Amino acid sequence: MTAVLEALTSGLLRALSDDPRVVLLGEDILDPYGGAFKVTRGLSSAFPQRVLTTPVSEAGMTGLATGMALRGLRPVVEIMFGDFSTLAVDSLVNTAAKLRWMYNEQVSVPLVLRTPMGGRRGYGPTHSQSLEKLFLGIPGLKVVAASHFGDPGELLYRAILQQDDPLLFVEHKLLYGLPLVDAAAASDFTVERAGSAEIFPAYRLSMRNAPAPTLTLAAYGYMAELARQALVKLAYEREIFAELIVLTQLSPLDATPLLESVSRTGHLLTIEEGTLSAGWGAEVLARCAEVLGGQLKAARRVAAAETPVPAAAGLERSTLPDVDDILHAAETIGAQLHV
Amino acid sequence: MTDALDLYRSLVLIRRFEETILAEYRRGAFSGTTHTYLGQEANAVGVISNLEPDDIVVSNHRCHGHFLAYGGDPRALFGELMGRVSGVCGGRGGSQHLHWRNFYSNGILGSTLPLATGIALAEKMQGRQTITVVFAGDGALGEGSVYEALNFASLWQAPLLIVIENNHIAQTTPTDQAMADSVAGRLAAFGIPVREMDTSDVSEISSAVQPLIASVRQEQRPQALILNTARFGPHSKSDDTRPVELVDELRQTRDPLTLHGRHLKPDLKNEVEAEIGALVQAAFDQALADPPAGGVL
Repeated sequence: MTAVLEALTSGLLRALSDDPRVVLLGEDILDPYGGAFKVTRGLSSAFPQRVLTTPVSEAGMTGLATGMALRGLRPVVEIMFGDFSTLAVDSLVNTAAKLRWMYNEQVSVPLVLRTPMGGRRGYGPTHSQSLEKLFLGIPGLKVVAASHFGDPGELLYRAILQQDDPLLFVEHKLLYGLPLVDAAAASDFTVERAGSAEIFPAYRLSMRNAPAPTLTLAAYGYMAELARQALVKLAYEREIFAELIVLTQLSPLDATPLLESVSRTGHLLTIEEGTLSAGWGAEVLARCAEVLGGQLKAARRVAAAETPVPAAAGLERSTLPDVDDILHAAETIGAQLHV
Repeated sequence: MTDALDLYRSLVLIRRFEETILAEYRRGAFSGTTHTYLGQEANAVGVISNLEPDDIVVSNHRCHGHFLAYGGDPRALFGELMGRVSGVCGGRGGSQHLHWRNFYSNGILGSTLPLATGIALAEKMQGRQTITVVFAGDGALGEGSVYEALNFASLWQAPLLIVIENNHIAQTTPTDQAMADSVAGRLAAFGIPVREMDTSDVSEISSAVQPLIASVRQEQRPQALILNTARFGPHSKSDDTRPVELVDELRQTRDPLTLHGRHLKPDLKNEVEAEIGALVQAAFDQALADPPAGGVL
């Protein structure tokens, strides 16, 4: 069974093979090491001229890649830990994301920044964050999150070759080892495309042969897996029937699949691993409230506690949202539902 | 090699353009902000007049002189500052954010060094013979991304000419209050050959830059040129805190138009001044009459 890591590596390999303009840059990405999380393993052996190891210079390499994208290449930058993406913010926000618009549509900047986000590995406060919310709502910048739904390698391939804007590609660390969801083989749930987004699709997961769902779970990345586990438990153990909408494109947000779902279920639970305040869930909830008005009867957000991510396993577990937190929030909404 | 009269033409174009900007800001023709190139004209003209048509120029917030020396249309630049549809970027970018052909500018100090290094490397990787010139001021040397870029440029042999225009003042702060040690030392630390000059004579700059450009093109590696220079105007529109006598002295001793004009016949010189004066006025009038971007005036 293919895991997310293999899929991502093969997506990169395919992009390098298909288009000579693709260039990879990053720290420690050369063989035999192949990157801190091994996503680039084998690539420098196959394409030594186009897989380039860099100094520890996230700001510099992102600026360099922006210049390369401006002049005809399609650079892919690996930021070793998502926490280090803050070092690349100026290049990304003030140059890469602005150039196409600021130069009146005369240029394009097809630049992809890949980075592993998230905790649950005990790496502590500066190597465990989910910082993608900092990048949401920046005009000209796309944010896409891989998950084990669909084919994350294809998602990455499309980010590199089938769109022309700067794009932050978020890979949760725990996804790497997860097998891709094989919907055909799943006995208790189905997965289908939701909405009409073609390049970065959304997915809808629902229980087979279940009553109409009364709750929408919204998630992305690794939280989509925890939400999937919660969805199954809710059905079998609580008789709460939910459907899960998994987004891959986080920004700009196309809320259509969520709006469609919530208009049927009336209840929304957003699930993310970053801290609660001003997060992705807040934006999703605001969109649903604005568009659906009274059709949205109740909503909650599941997210991390508002502290840095601790190193100690027990502390980290108590800080980051897990399946029980999702179940608890769903029951709270369910209680309101049954009043 | 551009002839002496053409060099003068370019110097006068930048001077008249910038004088018009400052005068017309006061009269309300422009909004927002601007940074004029008064006093530094010889740098842009001396360097850019030696480039090939496909070479690339990356510039900063003080970009009007570079843009005009590159051959940019004064009407489009006036239009950009006025927010006209005819502007270089349709009024979206304004004074600091210009792109036309192979000219790029951005208003974030220091950000242009990594950008230019990436541009130069992309050109090299795609087998083009172009070189990239990046202009930065002494103020930008306080930004860390500059040093990451210098490291990359030297390590990866970018065909890049780095031109540091040291006007000895960053907005209102004298450089000696902001910079330890020397500009040359910073560049040399990365193994980038440095040529340093202290002149406002366009011919001297032009002669000095030719071998540097040839070397960047042939050897496909970076070179640096430090041009010690003098800013005659305020940083922006009216924020000059220097004593008037100091600026007057700079104007007396460091004016590129005076220094280069000495070598020209007075009647030819006058002819150029009249020609360029009329050209700048016409460009201003045309831009003023052009429709506003977004339809609101």
